[in-house]
Amino acid sequence: MNEKKMRKNRWQTVIFLLIIIVLTYLSAAITSFNFVDGLATIPKAIGWMFSNLMVTQETLDKLPTILEKLAETTFMSIAATTIAAVVSLFLGVFGSKVTKVNNFLSVFARFIASVSRNIPVVAWALVLLISFGQNSVTGFLALFVGTVGFLTRAFIESIDEASQSSVEALTATGSTYFQIVGKAVIPQCLPQMISWVLFMVETNIRNATLVGILTGTGIGYTFDMYYKMLNYNVVALVTLCIVITVIVVDLMSNYVRKVIL
Amino acid sequence: MSLLKVEGLEKSYTADKQILKNIHFEINAGELVSVIGPSGAGKSTLLRCINRMVEFNEGKIMFNNHDVGNLNKKELRNLRANIGMVFQHYNLVPRLTVIENVLHGRFGYKTTLQGLLGRYTEAEKERAFYLLEKLGIHEHAYKRCDQLSGGQQQRVGICRALIQEPKLILCDEPIASLDPNSSKVIMDLLKSISTEMGITCLVNLHQVDVAQHYSDRIIGLNKGEIVFTGTSHELYEEQINKIYGSKTEDLITA
Ligand SMILES: Nc1ncnc2c1ncn2[C@@H]1O[C@H](COP(=O)(O)OP(=O)(O)O)[C@@H](O)[C@H]1O
Ligand SMILES: [Mg+2]
Repeated sequence: MNEKKMRKNRWQTVIFLLIIIVLTYLSAAITSFNFVDGLATIPKAIGWMFSNLMVTQETLDKLPTILEKLAETTFMSIAATTIAAVVSLFLGVFGSKVTKVNNFLSVFARFIASVSRNIPVVAWALVLLISFGQNSVTGFLALFVGTVGFLTRAFIESIDEASQSSVEALTATGSTYFQIVGKAVIPQCLPQMISWVLFMVETNIRNATLVGILTGTGIGYTFDMYYKMLNYNVVALVTLCIVITVIVVDLMSNYVRKVIL
Repeated sequence: MSLLKVEGLEKSYTADKQILKNIHFEINAGELVSVIGPSGAGKSTLLRCINRMVEFNEGKIMFNNHDVGNLNKKELRNLRANIGMVFQHYNLVPRLTVIENVLHGRFGYKTTLQGLLGRYTEAEKERAFYLLEKLGIHEHAYKRCDQLSGGQQQRVGICRALIQEPKLILCDEPIASLDPNSSKVIMDLLKSISTEMGITCLVNLHQVDVAQHYSDRIIGLNKGEIVFTGTSHELYEEQINKIYGSKTEDLITA
């Protein structure tokens, strides 16, 4: 009985692998992507990067403008994330099974979460571009919408997981809804929620660059501009600055996480 | 005069299965009454009907001369403030300190804003420390609850119930997650709460010997029906088999 099952499992694995190999081969053939050729270009690409993406002395003149744009983008991401976090806090509380006010609001919150989360931020930016045009509001909204979706979902899960039992206990003492949410649910879930918000700040600083290319604002615009001017030295500097910012934010949020958890 | 009177109580969560059937019993002030029965018998449901954590379908519950089934929102809050509850898994807020968890027991008497701002009177704080001391956990007052052992956490849970100054405490399997030593401490505490403080206790248990040792009266529940009520001395092998489903019966149905 058991051996039969194991043999069946092994066959399933083999068939599964075969299907993947066939699919890979087919898709390579259809798109006429040659794996070997692809590999062969890698050394050349690296060589090109080294010769062109060098930060030179004269590009450093551009540093103040780059930093200014970078700061603008960073603060925009932080603003979009924190405002989204406040909205998500309410949606999370209303959406959770444990703290829902009524079924309608709960379904509504979950619906908002899944719609905004399952559409990538870049897609949101493209959609919002149509109605808001190329300006920083569009970028802000794109990040905001995506973040609300993600955080609402994360908050709902945190609340569901962490507070069922204490909500029951406080209800049984005759506490009011807001006493329960404010004094049991939020204190219990706050560290985890902050952790999620920090994660979204990091993600959004990265996303903001991409969104900025589309909406023509912030550091993304700077990147795009020099890229199109074929000024690869400045492009390299911009990239370096973005990488450093992301790493710094990452280190800071890891530190905050360690303190609060 | 009885503090709690249950008449013809019926409860079903779904149309196809009735959980509680025609439950009748009375409890006098200061009594410690145990409800025993196999798991799934409906013990937890019965307890939760009394403070309306679960809405019952039929019957009448009178608590302290109030009709439990017929209360508006404010009266229901007041009812719950007058009934403490102790849980198998303690149901504390793990990240908060012991003293904060104890003071949660006062929310039932406060406005939403007072509760949110944590406005407690001096008397309330003194009472909280007095209770912690009485239960022997005052040295942990400022520790987070998740740093305490199970037995200590359950004592915090009991403090939270006691600070409500309740007339009745409902305990849902208070010792089911504890080791024998802690179990004894908790049961001794509940006993002294009923005898010394005069607070009525209704305790769900699944250990028959514990129920026999501590209760003034025992209610035996099987498949949602009361199949026994009486004192510990009246609970014989035959009744225990009836409550838990006897071996011979199992053989016949199997
Ligand atoms: N919220 C609920 N929804 C549906 N069925 C429930 C719910 N709570 C309990 N039940 C069912 O009611 C029966 C009695 O449960 P419970 O009162 O917890 O029994 P006990 O505490 O004696 O183990 C069980 O069959 C259980 O599945
Ligand atoms: Mg139970």
